[in-house]
Amino acid sequence: MTNRSISRRTAALGLPALLAASPALAQRAWEPMRPVQFIVPAGTGGGADQMARVIQGIVSKHSLMKQPLVVVNKAGGAGAEGFLEAKGARANPHMLVITLSNLFTTPLATGVPFNWRDLTPVKMLALDEFVLWVNAASPWKTVAEFTEAARAGRLKIGGTGSRQEDQIITAALTKATDAQFTYVPFRGGGEVAVQLVGQHVDATVNNPIEAVTHWRSGTLRPLCVFDGKRLSGTEKMTANEAWSDIPTCKEAGLDVEYLMLRGIFMAPGVTPQQVAFFAGLLDKVRETPDWAELMQQGAFNTTALDGEPFREWLTREEARHKTLMQEAGFLAQPS
Amino acid sequence: MEEIGLLMQGFAVALQPDNILLMLLGVTLGVLIGVLPGLGGANGIAILLPLTFAMPPVSAIIMLSCIYWGALFGGAITSILFNIPGEPWSVATTFDGYPMAQQGRAGEALTAAFTASFVGAFIAVVLLTFLAPLVAGFALQFGPPQFFAVMFLSFACFIGLGRGSPLKTLAAMMLGFLLATVGMDTVTGQLRMTFGSTEMIRGFDFLVAVIGLFGISEILVSIEDGLTFKGQKARIDLKVVLRTWAEMPRHWAIALRSAAIGCWMGITPAGATPASFMSYGVARRLSRHGDEFGKGRVEGVIAPETAAHAAGTSALLPMLALGVPGSPTAAVLLGGLIMWGLQPGPMLFVEQKEFVWGLIASMYLGNVAGLLVVLVAVPWFAAILRVPFAIIAAIILVVCAIGAFTVSNAEFDIVLMLAFGVVGYVLKKLDYPLAPLVLALVLGDRTEEAFRQSLLLSQGDLGVFFSTWLGGSIMATGIALAAWPLLGWLWSLLRPAAGRERPSPA
Amino acid sequence: MSATGNDAAAAAAPPRGVRTVAVEVATALLLGGLGAAAIWDSRRLGAGWGAEGPQSGYFPFWIGLVLAAASLGNLALALRAARRGVKGGGGLFVTWPQLRLVLSVLLPTAIYVAAIPFTGLYLASALLVAWFMMRLGGFRWWSAAPAGLATALVAFVVFETWFLVALPKGPIETWLGY
Repeated sequence: MTNRSISRRTAALGLPALLAASPALAQRAWEPMRPVQFIVPAGTGGGADQMARVIQGIVSKHSLMKQPLVVVNKAGGAGAEGFLEAKGARANPHMLVITLSNLFTTPLATGVPFNWRDLTPVKMLALDEFVLWVNAASPWKTVAEFTEAARAGRLKIGGTGSRQEDQIITAALTKATDAQFTYVPFRGGGEVAVQLVGQHVDATVNNPIEAVTHWRSGTLRPLCVFDGKRLSGTEKMTANEAWSDIPTCKEAGLDVEYLMLRGIFMAPGVTPQQVAFFAGLLDKVRETPDWAELMQQGAFNTTALDGEPFREWLTREEARHKTLMQEAGFLAQPS
Repeated sequence: MEEIGLLMQGFAVALQPDNILLMLLGVTLGVLIGVLPGLGGANGIAILLPLTFAMPPVSAIIMLSCIYWGALFGGAITSILFNIPGEPWSVATTFDGYPMAQQGRAGEALTAAFTASFVGAFIAVVLLTFLAPLVAGFALQFGPPQFFAVMFLSFACFIGLGRGSPLKTLAAMMLGFLLATVGMDTVTGQLRMTFGSTEMIRGFDFLVAVIGLFGISEILVSIEDGLTFKGQKARIDLKVVLRTWAEMPRHWAIALRSAAIGCWMGITPAGATPASFMSYGVARRLSRHGDEFGKGRVEGVIAPETAAHAAGTSALLPMLALGVPGSPTAAVLLGGLIMWGLQPGPMLFVEQKEFVWGLIASMYLGNVAGLLVVLVAVPWFAAILRVPFAIIAAIILVVCAIGAFTVSNAEFDIVLMLAFGVVGYVLKKLDYPLAPLVLALVLGDRTEEAFRQSLLLSQGDLGVFFSTWLGGSIMATGIALAAWPLLGWLWSLLRPAAGRERPSPA
Repeated sequence: MSATGNDAAAAAAPPRGVRTVAVEVATALLLGGLGAAAIWDSRRLGAGWGAEGPQSGYFPFWIGLVLAAASLGNLALALRAARRGVKGGGGLFVTWPQLRLVLSVLLPTAIYVAAIPFTGLYLASALLVAWFMMRLGGFRWWSAAPAGLATALVAFVVFETWFLVALPKGPIETWLGY
């Protein structure tokens, strides 16, 4: 590595004799030659930021890469700023982006000129689950009781951000139940959960990790999970319930499915060797016990995809987001 | 009492030699982070978080929370010496701290700021130790309408404090509000005032604006009188600490009141910045020397610093007990807890006693360590003013540029910072007051957000703000406070007062 | 420094410079323009009061309106003061020598900020510190150059290696492998 980076430096100095060595280098396994920027298109402290910093911590703790990984938050415009930065860094192999659903929602909702095809997909790391929560003091014990109440009178659903995943799920709920909901946006998932504990809203669609502690202390109650299959955790979280005891919304009679992407992308125009290096790195990250613990804590769906299947998944999800957002009237109006 | 026993166990954990070492390291790093504007507590902790990944959780949280204390202490330093608030909550400290430094009383101002911070934090920690579960319940009462009421109260505390032209005050405040709306509207997700520019989507970050408006513009104003900084003749020795301490007990009432405001705002969780403004406003209103605020009153340093530190400390309580962060820094610490496999929230106090009480014990010790570190350094900080202008001005400009960049990693923010510097220079010379502008900029978007969230919840019914006893009583207090200067103004019409030639602070 | 000489000269003759009125008027116009821009943009967003509270443009609209109104007021006050000021001599916003001092700091800073995207922050900072020391502080190049380099190096070590914060970098850093 050291040798290679020195020869790269001399090559940069313009010594023609050494320039000939560069293509040969590219043939062999590529490795980063300088610190790698890890762009988080969200603020510090959120779910994506946490995951990026866990990855950064795992990489440095287990010395998986010789160059450091530097986390950079670019949260402006619901992440638009971070995506545009990566889009503009064509062929820069020292840049990773972690994405959440705003990969699709931000360009659709704001009209910012960006699309996931402007980046190079590397790997889907996991999918984040969504659960329908109500306050434990509320009378609704099942999805059926909840939808009945919602049809009888407008319920208030709290969520993170506007025209993003939480509001999309709310719109899908309206479509599935014919009940109108009032969606109230807040800044972060933790805040949303507390608003529900304080009974300022009637329900939330928090990620498991955001609400689990309130569930365990007996203040919140999960009704169903917006996934095709039940969660995998079988360890008892409360006196008699485990993650796997929560029914899926579909089996509870509410046909809504939604999962949020936690994936890694690179700048456009990077070489396959460079993509392969980071895909390998992320595989090593996923094998560590620290990662397993994070997955278990957050009750993540640990599906991982890369290459062509990942691209297909992205294409499908993009189309689905577009339909959902169009139906809800969340698309940007051309001004 | 059960708490005392648990706390003692906590001390035993925190007082292990390697933890003490981490504590000192954390405080020193924190002061450094606090001094560099832009690289605030939240960014600093986020950056250092992965480094603590390999440590045991108790040691890691001790070090990180000490960085937090250090950053809280450090924010005051540049505010007082150069009029550059290193953190949003030290803006109010500049109002009187910087004039004190210009009068050669930098040492006194720094000592007062640090001591006040310590007192505020200490009171908040005591509250945390004994009342945590009770207070956590109180925080649950705060939904959007109550939150709006708190914001309204913050503004009400400040209305009428300026003595400049009312039209200019109004224009400055509206400019602040307007700048706060630029970017994405959090309620509907629409872009506002961006006029198609991608650089504008980010909006105007408060710190970028303040670094320019306060810091850069101050350099420009002060060099008109020649290439020097005022206040360089300050007598610098450790005796200034003792002398200031001898004066401090006189201000116990202000300290207690400010700590109460701070704890309240930290728990609600509105955070340290409104706490510092509110506390400054209240101190000025209730002081017999209110007219001298903004010209170098030591109370004007004590009040915001006590409140900011009390709020910063008590902001950890909702984080630990509810999993909702009371400040951006607490939000990052929250992420840290999850990484170490600890689930913040009500169960933490039950299941992770050793961790919680180790942390609380480290708050006591970390603040003592922080106070010692910064007090010993007071003469050195004050000595910075003796460095030749040409060197220090250039370094300040570089540090400001780095600070503006690191806030959101954008080069355009450096350009904005300079533009705000020129704007600040012009506004300052034309006697447009900057304090209302900054207050509106920092609280504007959150106030609007809370207002609109409330109306969404009530489906457009304005009565929602008075529908609970809590929100209603805060609103009523706010309205009374806002009306107070009006009454005073009517009174002054009847009896014209003397000595109002000087405009408002900053 | 030439500034002191100018000051002495200024003491003899009445000081000349930018008149306060001109700046007052310009500022009021600029702020009024901002207010107008806000009104214009918020009408696009919907500035009304919807069924569930204010729309996106509601607050910006009224803020813009008040700002524009206050600026008109300030403009009127400034112009009235100007008419009186013709007899009274009129205040100066800044005298020419003062303006020169301000520009001696502002111009290099503006160049510094403009250069950062091209040269990176470190090189530009080193040059700024060295320039200030030589031009404003009267230091010789052999003390200014090392001081500039030292500033850049300290910043580099603290941010780039210690805190792992990536600051803007230019060709030199790329050449060094960062």
